[in-house]
Amino acid sequence: MIYLLILFPLTMAAVTFALPSNRWRPWLVPVAALGHLGLVVAVFFQPGDGAAVSGLGGWLMLDPLGKVVLGFLSVLFFLCSLYAPGYLALRSDRPNRVFCANLLVVLAMMTLVTLSHHLGLMWVAMEATTLASAPLLYFNHNARSLEATWKYLLIGSVGIALALFGSFFLAYSSLKAGLESTLLFDQLVQVAPKLSPQWLHAAFVLLFIGYGTKMGLAPMHTWKPDAYGEAPGIVGTLLAGGVTSCAFLAILRVWQICRAGAEAGFAREIMIFMGLLSMAVAAVFMVRQRDFKRMLAYSSVEHMGILVLGVGIGGPAVYGALLHLINNGLTKGVLFLSAGNIHRAYGSKVTDDVRGAIQRVPLSGALFLAGFLAITGSPPFGPFVSEFTIVNAAVGSGQFLAAGLFLLLLGIAFIGMGATVLAVVQGNPADHTTDNDYHDSIATSAPVLLFMALVLLLGLYVPPPLESLLREAAAFLAVKR
Amino acid sequence: MNTMIHNTIHILLALMMPPLLLGIIAKTKALFAGRVGPPLLQPYYDLVKLVQKGSVFSSTTTWVFRAGPVVGLMTAALAVLLIPLANSSAPITFTGDLILLAYLLGLGRFFTATAALDTGSSFEGMGAAREVTFACLAEPALFLGLLVLAKLSGSLQLSTMLGSSLGPHWMTAGASLALVLLSWFIVLLVENSRIPFDDPNTHLELTMIHEVMVLDHGGPAFGMILYGAALKLFVFGAMIVRLAFPLATGYPWLDWPIFVGGMLVVAVVIGVVESTIARLRLTHVPVLLVGACLLSAFGIVLLVR
Amino acid sequence: MVQLLDPLLIVALALNFVALGVSRIRAVINAVALQGILLGIMPLFVHPEIGLRGILLVVVTIGLKGFVIPRFLTHAMREANIQHEVKPVVNFMSSLLLGAVGTGLAVVFSYTLPLADEHTDSLLVPASLSTVWTGFLMLTTRQKAIMQVLGYLLLENGIFLFGLLLLEAMPFLVEVGVLLDLFTGVFVMGIIIYHINREFASISTEHLTELKE
Repeated sequence: MIYLLILFPLTMAAVTFALPSNRWRPWLVPVAALGHLGLVVAVFFQPGDGAAVSGLGGWLMLDPLGKVVLGFLSVLFFLCSLYAPGYLALRSDRPNRVFCANLLVVLAMMTLVTLSHHLGLMWVAMEATTLASAPLLYFNHNARSLEATWKYLLIGSVGIALALFGSFFLAYSSLKAGLESTLLFDQLVQVAPKLSPQWLHAAFVLLFIGYGTKMGLAPMHTWKPDAYGEAPGIVGTLLAGGVTSCAFLAILRVWQICRAGAEAGFAREIMIFMGLLSMAVAAVFMVRQRDFKRMLAYSSVEHMGILVLGVGIGGPAVYGALLHLINNGLTKGVLFLSAGNIHRAYGSKVTDDVRGAIQRVPLSGALFLAGFLAITGSPPFGPFVSEFTIVNAAVGSGQFLAAGLFLLLLGIAFIGMGATVLAVVQGNPADHTTDNDYHDSIATSAPVLLFMALVLLLGLYVPPPLESLLREAAAFLAVKR
Repeated sequence: MNTMIHNTIHILLALMMPPLLLGIIAKTKALFAGRVGPPLLQPYYDLVKLVQKGSVFSSTTTWVFRAGPVVGLMTAALAVLLIPLANSSAPITFTGDLILLAYLLGLGRFFTATAALDTGSSFEGMGAAREVTFACLAEPALFLGLLVLAKLSGSLQLSTMLGSSLGPHWMTAGASLALVLLSWFIVLLVENSRIPFDDPNTHLELTMIHEVMVLDHGGPAFGMILYGAALKLFVFGAMIVRLAFPLATGYPWLDWPIFVGGMLVVAVVIGVVESTIARLRLTHVPVLLVGACLLSAFGIVLLVR
Repeated sequence: MVQLLDPLLIVALALNFVALGVSRIRAVINAVALQGILLGIMPLFVHPEIGLRGILLVVVTIGLKGFVIPRFLTHAMREANIQHEVKPVVNFMSSLLLGAVGTGLAVVFSYTLPLADEHTDSLLVPASLSTVWTGFLMLTTRQKAIMQVLGYLLLENGIFLFGLLLLEAMPFLVEVGVLLDLFTGVFVMGIIIYHINREFASISTEHLTELKE
């Protein structure tokens, strides 16, 4: 069953690639996504202990943390895939063979990341997502997207190479301790106290920097504004919500090994520092940002910082960070897709040209505004709950400086982002831009509405199954074995 | 008694052999180019011819100009007495003689450059500036190599450093010594103005470096310069041969011919290098020299770790 | 066998400096290719009783790093019809010196990392760290896209060197995975270079400066 989770999207990708019709090909993506979602649900409800789902002799395993990320990824991808046919119909001038196939390959590889319990396999899967998403970024085939793709590929590959280096260090730490050198997660957690501390430290740093590059933490975030700024909305959502979550999962695995080896203090300080640094960098660059898609990229940097900060603070904040993973991804879906609609309506993404979106494309404009309120932490939306949990835990554990800085930076981000968003949404649309005959349609609005509904739901009421799943995952992370 | 014989052979070899090296290099280059080339003993004939000529000195020059060739020859001759050849001690040897060697060569270079500046011609000045820059950058490579040898042999006498104890060291610290060998070969090329640093056959105004410094000398003075340059080549060649073939068969009758053979091989290698590599652009020369220094530095790092 | 490994590692390190110091792109490609071949034969010295899978790994590594990828890069170079000179942001001398400083630091730092008993006195860790540093240097100080790819290759070479320490203990899946990703990454990058050239008629990334704050 576990193999099916990966093989199914891959086969569908091959089928999509082979299908000759440019018109019908986009419809295969939601079909495949629905199938994948169904498989995930089936795996979740398999009789017996969920952790018993495994394969490849322990290399693949579905643990509670993996469940959270996998479930979230599947839902995210499904909702995105609903957007794809409408979007590709509007861009019917471009061949979408590579685009559709690669979407499914990215899904397969992300699934593999969540399932792999062998750090080497996890690394291979992360690299594969980088390579598979590069053509997606280049969908627009112009000079700007080329530059964005180049930076993405180069910086991403360097990050992944450093992560491999770190994985080797980790394997060597077990060799140095006189044990059988291994990269299997479970074995590493078990022997963690015996691992050589210097190698473990060095490995953590390298892995954090490497996978942090893929997450987009500062100062390794320089590819993000370009990549997210030039990518189509659907790709932006996938990257911001999906790939970054996978990278975060990778970091969490290493974090858990460090915790088990009682090296947590050192790792914790790094996480808190880098988390706050990312938030600060994002806040600074968001002020006076004229390009609203780049602004979204910086927002993503900020929220990656929040995730890492949450785990660094520890205790209940870990639950908050995991909840935030889901909230952030869904809200980014709202933001990126509605931004994409607005971009299409105006033919530009700079605030000089884009004004009065709420009049020109009412639904997308309203959703963009709502998404902004959500992502900056206003109740009654989801992110408020998760961010509140994190601050609460920080104050509760006496880390007042971190909590204070957290709130301050959130405030700055709110102001910075608000200026841009309000400029885009309010006002009167300039005359020449109303010639474009793009209008909000069901195909391009329904997915966004669904995303928004989920965000609102999570803000008002976290369903008990989800809550218990998250608690299980947080407990799993805290286990020292 | 034995020492006296060795010293005599040393001095005789040092006097007689250097021009032969120049001849071999020229012959090798000619053979590579498909020509017959000048006879091997041509440099000797050149020296004889030059000595028989008269001299013309420009009125703008001073005593420095006349002293330049003389000092060059004298320093080279003294330097050759410091180097051990063929598994025997050098005629002059004491602790720290490696510093004297380096600075004798430096003194010779200084006087050559000053003599060039003394003529007041801009071409000579240009050549002098370039040559001195190269020498500046090459000197650390030489010293770092000497440092490696000093560390290995535990002594600061050239005769011990380049002596028979070097053989076993090749087994244990072979990597370091190989690096030093390569670095010193580059130093040989630059100190003797060979390709890829300087073309000894060019007389185009803007491409000469060493040639232009001695452009105004003629007659016996030029003969002294030529012979001095040959001696300098002999000194560096001897250091390379001792480093590369530290063989000690124990029979002097074998050691000396082996040494002579080694020198001939070095001359042929220089000829081959000159024939196969093109001259480097001026701006790239410092990069190569720094590279040579780094090679020697590596040699030390390997020893120390 | 470790004794024989050291000279090879020194040549590999020297090639790092060659890559930093020369000005012709073709020469840099050759240096990196030669380093790849050297790295390919090293498993034979680290683990002599290597078996058939090991021989296969050696052959594939040499083939990929020494021939396929350099030929591919040369082809991309010819397609792009570019100037054959490197244009560094930091000049050659400074690059060389920075590389030397990095190598020195790598040697020092590797003392703080305690090695397992069978690996002490080996140059592998300093060589690995130094090559990674050189790769970084090339990535950040060169403007031409091909040079950045070569810097990435050097980075991967450095990581491969470290992986040699784990050769006996680790499953080959990861080694093969590394090679595969290297190949795919370079392949995709090559395609991008082709597109860059088409777009700008040059592969200097100084043209890729439009996207700014």
